[in-house]
Amino acid sequence: MSAVAVHSLWTTAAGPITKIDSPKIEYGQLSPTLIVVGAAIVGVLVEAFVPRKSRYYAQLFVSVVALCAAFAAVVVLAADGYGTTKAHIAAMGAVAVDGPALFLQGTILLAALVGLFTFAERKLDPQAHGNHVDSFAAQAASVPGSDSEKAAVRAGFTTTEVFPLLLFAVTGMLIFPAANDLLTLFVALEVFSLPLYLLCALARRKRLMSQEAAVKYFLLGAFASAFTLFGIALLYGYAGSVSYATISQVVDGTLTTVDPALADTMGNDALLLIGTALIVMGLLFKVGAVPFHMWTPDVYQGAPTPVTGFMAAATKVAAFGALLRILYVVLPGLRWDWRPVMWGVAIITMLGGAIVAITQTDIKRLLAYSSIAHAGFILAGVIATNPDGVSSVLFYLAAYSFVTIGAFAVVTLVRDAGGEATHLSKWAGLGRRSPLVAAVFAVFLLAFAGIPLTSGFAGKFAVFKAAAEGGAGPLVVVGVISSAIAAFFYIRVIVLMFFSEPRPEGPTVAVPSPLTMTAIGVGVAVTLVLGVAPQYFLHLAGQAGVFVR
Amino acid sequence: MSFPLLTATAVLPAIGAIATAAVPAARRDAAKVLALLFSLGTLALAIAVLVRFDPDGGRYQLTESHAWIADFGVRYELGVDGIAVALVALTALLIPFILLAGWHDADPLETGSKRWRPTQGFFALILGVEAMVILSFEATDVFLFYIFFEAMLIPMYFLIGGFGDRAHAHGEQVASTQRSYAAVKFLLYNLVGGLIMLAAVIGLYVVAGNFSLQEIAQARANGSLDMATNTERWLFLGFFFAFAVKAPLWPLHTWLPNAMGEATAPVAVLITAVVDKVGTFAMLRFCLQLFPEASKWATPVILVLAVISIIYGALLAVGQRDIKRLVAYASISHFGFIIMGIFAMTSQGQSGATLYMVNHGLSTAALMLVAGFLISRRGSRLIADYGGVQKVAPVLAGTFLIGGLATLSLPGLAPFVSEFLVLVGTFTRYPAIGIVATLGIVLAALYTLVLYQRTMTGPVKPEVSAMPDLRMRELLVVGPLVVLLIVLGVYPKPVADIVNPAVKQTMSDVHKSDPKPEVEAAK
Repeated sequence: MSAVAVHSLWTTAAGPITKIDSPKIEYGQLSPTLIVVGAAIVGVLVEAFVPRKSRYYAQLFVSVVALCAAFAAVVVLAADGYGTTKAHIAAMGAVAVDGPALFLQGTILLAALVGLFTFAERKLDPQAHGNHVDSFAAQAASVPGSDSEKAAVRAGFTTTEVFPLLLFAVTGMLIFPAANDLLTLFVALEVFSLPLYLLCALARRKRLMSQEAAVKYFLLGAFASAFTLFGIALLYGYAGSVSYATISQVVDGTLTTVDPALADTMGNDALLLIGTALIVMGLLFKVGAVPFHMWTPDVYQGAPTPVTGFMAAATKVAAFGALLRILYVVLPGLRWDWRPVMWGVAIITMLGGAIVAITQTDIKRLLAYSSIAHAGFILAGVIATNPDGVSSVLFYLAAYSFVTIGAFAVVTLVRDAGGEATHLSKWAGLGRRSPLVAAVFAVFLLAFAGIPLTSGFAGKFAVFKAAAEGGAGPLVVVGVISSAIAAFFYIRVIVLMFFSEPRPEGPTVAVPSPLTMTAIGVGVAVTLVLGVAPQYFLHLAGQAGVFVR
Repeated sequence: MSFPLLTATAVLPAIGAIATAAVPAARRDAAKVLALLFSLGTLALAIAVLVRFDPDGGRYQLTESHAWIADFGVRYELGVDGIAVALVALTALLIPFILLAGWHDADPLETGSKRWRPTQGFFALILGVEAMVILSFEATDVFLFYIFFEAMLIPMYFLIGGFGDRAHAHGEQVASTQRSYAAVKFLLYNLVGGLIMLAAVIGLYVVAGNFSLQEIAQARANGSLDMATNTERWLFLGFFFAFAVKAPLWPLHTWLPNAMGEATAPVAVLITAVVDKVGTFAMLRFCLQLFPEASKWATPVILVLAVISIIYGALLAVGQRDIKRLVAYASISHFGFIIMGIFAMTSQGQSGATLYMVNHGLSTAALMLVAGFLISRRGSRLIADYGGVQKVAPVLAGTFLIGGLATLSLPGLAPFVSEFLVLVGTFTRYPAIGIVATLGIVLAALYTLVLYQRTMTGPVKPEVSAMPDLRMRELLVVGPLVVLLIVLGVYPKPVADIVNPAVKQTMSDVHKSDPKPEVEAAK
């Protein structure tokens, strides 16, 4: 018996050795995300190696360049037709490169850039011990009120880590609406959530409130993430895959090749329904929809105002993007099940946000409830389940982001001895002391209220029109009623600013550096341009309104 | 492409608003003159529109049409028919008088007062309102109309809440509270109306696929666009609700007395004589043309509401102790007449209603502005604080009387013609309604004459004994208005000629003809 023959008992002759297929990654198409994550890592290195004095400028430079470069990359991709004809799924089925993804990534990047300017503002507070002071704690680790905190302030420490944290958050947000399988979705969710939890805790003033906000956000956010993860597991059990395409095929019953090992559990509707409910719940949490909105007012109030503005704008964009993709790509076959539920959620979100906002006395909490009401309006567009629904939501998100960041940027300007004067009563008579600032804020409020000739009206009209075309007429009626309720409290703030007597010891308006001025200026410009001549952007959103699957 | 005359009538005051607002705070007199010049320029353009308009020509003239928001199916479409021309002219005519009458209304108060009154803002806001009102008269695209219909609330809101009379019976604190209450009430009522209309506007788009008034009206007329009866009725109600708030029609009227009472007299005139006209105008243009069947369906209820407005407004006017609120309730009564004329669905009724809009603008402006001059002299709005003014200030009293007589529709003054037409037009189709409405005239005589008697006649009250008569500027405001009231009262043909063909068109849109025997419209 030859050696070969003996071997053949327990081996077979192998074919020629083939290479293990390396995953095919389309680096060019993922470049927006890669640029931002790369810059975030550079930011960490800057934090480690650059002298303390030059860190601020180095970080600011890196962040601005990265966000601009990433936005340029998005524009190049869109111009190449990746948003329309060349839309496809990249990175081995993990990330979609299509119209909605590119549109939302562009929006997130611009919002982040404008938000970054408010992060970098250092002229609002008077200099402490000869050092510039920004909105963030001198040293996050020091206990509020302790000697170590005082020492840190005296030494002029600043938390320049906020820049890389912002970039990491943006990384997650860029992937979130583009994620094309459930695991990528979850990873992206965590990547953008964790930096945000941290950022919320970093306020320089009212540190205990800020830390409380961060803990609340973290705990509730962790719950939401856990729900999402559980839902992902159940959906995997249902479809035998985490890929959006496969799940949707199983939902539609068009899957041809079934893995025999999974055949027993596959197609179990209980898994599908519970899994869907849990995932959507997690997303609605991020969106801030009633009844998953409880964190919003506390976190918005406690977080440093620049963070609140950024978070309110960019998180909403990313989360609605992901929600749209799940509902429109994965679960269109299930729409008869999720639409009624989403109807209910949209109605209570619109009404709940608007009604509770009336009783608020703090401007940041007021804007938080207003953001809840707006989430409801956007949900009305999501429910439309037609192409107009997608494009109207995209447009609304873009319009809303800039109004929000601008409004919170104005909030950072109104200050008294204790920092930002967020109690509404302190805003009385602001219009007489600082007509320009009050007028700018009034423009933002009118945009929130959806008054014609502002972007808020164009957005609201777009989503309501889509909803009406999608057969959700009653939702539109509820929408206009809650708009009317919401208008009441926006107007109340305008009344306070313009028609009330100023208080003798009222707050002053700080003169900001060009950074915040840019942020506010961009906000006003976008608000008015999208209000008066929205056609170009509506068209853009219309073109971008098709998901790849 | 020809010169876009209609756009120019709106753009000019808009530019004026921006230019006025940009004048530095110290140069407030320059700002006033600038604003006045822009309003006069707008008047010149409006006259050009009047001249270029051919009453017997096409349905909509001087049309402009440009792409605007294609994704919403919205075009920038302007065009005027006779009704719109008359109202554009009225608006452009009244604004210079309003500015002139309010010349010192926004001057900074004597030092020590905490009131804050940016002069430039006052004039800029009035011009801004003018631009938006004119555009909403000219828009033939429903969406375009809606935008300005809603947007004009914001400058109006600031005008009401930001500027009040120089002095107030209950002190500055109370005045400030009442002003902002009135402003918020104004805004919320109109905003709610507007938002409900928004739902209907979206509904219209879903049904019709575009917003062009002409296309939709045409499609409705030739039957290519069929609306289910219920859909049409809901959409009609959505539109009508907004217009009825704006007009205002009982029971949606309660914001008007507050707003007119707290605003300065020129702003009150702006509200009732200019802005509110958009409501009644829109009933004629949009409700009747877009939803003819639903309009006919709703007619009985609307007529009853209109008659209630007439009687209720007049009764409350009789009971008022505050001059400005009295005029406000009188206006509610008059808007009842206008709406009754529109929905009587006769050509006399609708011609009368359109003439009424113009004449009511002139007569209220005359009465209210003179009342404003009176109030500014004494610093009180209460009727009881006056007495015997005619002995001290005979010209003021005389013009006040003419304004008052115009308000009660004395023959020989312009409002008589329109009120008569409205009543005749209503009577031929709905005799009972017409008879009840006639009571409104009697009550009008009561509240106007009692007002005159209590303030102007009788013994001279010590507080008014030193009251100066009308100044040059004030005469310049009142004189032309009085002349116009008399001229149009004796010879209404020029206005009627412009209006009548358009009314015929509207009547044919709703497939209504005058009941037999035909009563010839007074010419």
